[in-house]
Amino acid sequence: MGVYLPSVELIARVQRGEPAAIGRLISRAESGMAEARDALARIHKLAGRAHVVGMTGVPGSGKSTLVSQLAQRLRAGGDKLGIIAIDPSSPYSGGSILGDRIRMSDLSADPGVYIRSMATHGATGGMARAALEAVDILDAAGFGVIILETVGVGQDEVEIVRASHTTVVVSAPGLGDEVQAIKAGLLEIADIHVVSKCDRGDANRTLTDLKQMLTLGIHEQAPSDWAVPVIGTSSVSGEGLDELLGAIARHRDLASDTDAGRARRKSIAEFRLRKTAENLLYDRFNAATAAASAKLAEQLMRRESDPYSLAEELLSTTLEGEGDHERDVHSKSA
Amino acid sequence: MSQPIRVLLAKVGLDGHDRGVKIVARALRDAGMDVIYTGLHRSPEEVVTAAVQEDVDVLGVSLLSGVQMTVFPKIFDLLRTNGADDMIVVAGGVMPDEDVVNLKKMGVSEVLLQDTPPQLIIDTLTCLVEERGAR
Ligand code: B12
Ligand SMILES: Nc1nc2c(ncn2[C@@H]2O[C@H](COP(=O)(O)OP(=O)(O)OP(=O)(O)O)[C@@H](O)[C@H]2O)c(=O)[nH]1
Ligand SMILES: [Mg+2]
Repeated sequence: MGVYLPSVELIARVQRGEPAAIGRLISRAESGMAEARDALARIHKLAGRAHVVGMTGVPGSGKSTLVSQLAQRLRAGGDKLGIIAIDPSSPYSGGSILGDRIRMSDLSADPGVYIRSMATHGATGGMARAALEAVDILDAAGFGVIILETVGVGQDEVEIVRASHTTVVVSAPGLGDEVQAIKAGLLEIADIHVVSKCDRGDANRTLTDLKQMLTLGIHEQAPSDWAVPVIGTSSVSGEGLDELLGAIARHRDLASDTDAGRARRKSIAEFRLRKTAENLLYDRFNAATAAASAKLAEQLMRRESDPYSLAEELLSTTLEGEGDHERDVHSKSA
Repeated sequence: MSQPIRVLLAKVGLDGHDRGVKIVARALRDAGMDVIYTGLHRSPEEVVTAAVQEDVDVLGVSLLSGVQMTVFPKIFDLLRTNGADDMIVVAGGVMPDEDVVNLKKMGVSEVLLQDTPPQLIIDTLTCLVEERGAR
């Protein structure tokens, strides 16, 4: 791209589906730079058509391989498809090896599939901070289906369900006695359960266990028109893949124009609003307290004061800072 | 908030030597970079598509099969047609000195051959990205 292009100038090119412009705007969203805000706001207005499918499950359960297989089938039907694959950053170095894409190499020659890898960069919840901005950008670029693959490892790591229209939880046989979805707290969040790797002999047991768990009523959701299906798939033989696509399509239709669907979209919006505010607050808190916290920590270390009192003091410096900022703005406009 | 440097590491063609590229991937990850590895046997088209979609700062191609003088011209062509000519391209592996000279003329920013200490690779990429500036 050569010279630095303002983010708003990328919008038209994103809408035309130019990969380099899409890629760059996602990078700008990831960087959190203020310069990109206007552009992202406009993109948000343009978006809202795509069906967002969340795919989660414990590490190694076969998510990426499955996404790749589904994508090939969806492409045969003509849909342009976006994939956002999220992997954890190393807690030690902050770096990452983003390994999902390598499992999707069957797709790599198809311009109708846009794959973007993202690292969590310390964000909790299994999602990368800019994942939903990336969804909007791909949506605005005309990708009709967007699959979000996230790491699903524990109860706190299930933000995906609050960001996607349809959530698929993938379990694999042979990773222990119990169905891992239960251990990972993923049982309740699924709109569709998948048991992957059904080409393996021990898959039937996992399927039966999972079905049993679901009928045992551990699942305490309001009764609805949707009975959560449990589908066995194999990315080796292709078994179950069409059935899974059918279930995703049915869930999409069911959720599109019903009270349940509207409630879901509203809760997605609310989640996004709160999460964005939380991120802003976090950044401002960090910026505002960087200087003061060293001094206060010193006091804490010397036990001149206690953690609660000092934390309140730290917080009040942040809030005062905010107030000053507001006053600045007002006095300028006055 | 500074973003980690994003790097795509690629193996092109029939070249099956992947020890080096895997060492480089780990070293870069441990230096705090986000690394995407394409896996073996990719075509130049696949590599450039991935690099553009991922909008990496650096595209690193590892070659120990001797085909660098046919692979890199294709990669640069494809980067241009994709409007991604601001991408930093580096090479590693095994290749003769005269090729290194010609690759640099072609636009490869650095060529880091066998026995390059990982720290030097990290420093080189960090420097190249700093020199390039914001994008
Ligand atoms: C180990 C090895 C193999 C192993 C590979 C195992 C594997 N999975 O990697 C095996 C036995 C399979 C193998 C097979 C072959 N090999 Co071989 N192999 C080697 C050998 C001895 C060492 C390579 C190695 O792993 N080095 C250690 C790693 C850490 O070093 P590296 O890869 O160079 O990486 C470093 C740098 O180059 C750099 N780097 C690498 N990639 C990148 C990428 C970026 C972006 C950056 C910044 C840096 C960077 O960083 C690393 C750390 O410093 C070399 C000889 C040599 N001196 O290199 C021959 C060599 C590469 N092989 C050679 C040949 C000919 C073959 C075969 C064709 C032999 C045959 N006739 O069957 C086959 C081909 C297989 C195939 N499909 O490609 C030739 C290649 C000649 C050429 N280029 O013209 C070499 C040079 C031997 C020779 N002198 O003839 N080989
Ligand atoms: N036998 C068999 N193996 C599979 C199947 N699907 C995936 N695998 C293998 O399972 C391993 C993990 O697959 P991935 O697709 O990377 O799993 P993942 O859930 O995306 O992994 P993470 O992203 O690391 O959490 C790989 O070795 C795959 O080859 C399948 O249907 N059958
Ligand atoms: Mg994966």
